[in-house]
Amino acid sequence: MTNTEIRDFIASSIDENPVMLFMKGTPHQPACGFSARTSACLNALGVKYAALDILPDPRIREELSSLSGWPTIPQLFVDGELIGGADIVIEMYESGELAEKLEVEQPEDAPEPEPQQQRQAPIGLENRLD
Amino acid sequence: MPSATELKRRIEAALPGSAVSVEDLTGGGDHFRAEVVSERFDGLSRLEQHRLVYDVFGSEVGGPIHALSIKTSIPSGGTP
Repeated sequence: MTNTEIRDFIASSIDENPVMLFMKGTPHQPACGFSARTSACLNALGVKYAALDILPDPRIREELSSLSGWPTIPQLFVDGELIGGADIVIEMYESGELAEKLEVEQPEDAPEPEPQQQRQAPIGLENRLD
Repeated sequence: MPSATELKRRIEAALPGSAVSVEDLTGGGDHFRAEVVSERFDGLSRLEQHRLVYDVFGSEVGGPIHALSIKTSIPSGGTP
């Protein structure tokens, strides 16, 4: 793939998926604690989301950051708009703003957005997206 | 290798009057957490506040600074 194709793919992913998460690893096998906690917030709210693992090709991250102007991973987009990285998503989850933004109910006993599994996934595992 | 002290100094220089604390999360000089209290954040979204802090370090974030976790807030109790 050329860089332009990667960039176009990223742009259309953001465009086509109302809730789009770019992360290291996958929701099932996050490869970084920040990505794990961010996807755990979405899981706790029970929303459907698309996730893309940025690790398989370094150009994915380069093109994503140049497109979004955000330097770190993960990055969450809702309705095409950058919401932020792990810190912002977790703060918004805890305050209930994320549930509001996603138009879902905040769980009664909002669980800590801790990932279900902490184990590090080695790079190069099969990409198991839902 | 960047140090917590250096990061703190640079954020304070870029955002004069801010109160900054920076912690080296792993002791390895590449994973940091910064808490920044600044008047400059007034009226900005959380996203814009975090961008202001990231912008201090440009492409170093994701490079030598592998991870920079940020918490921003606006001072309470009016202007000093």
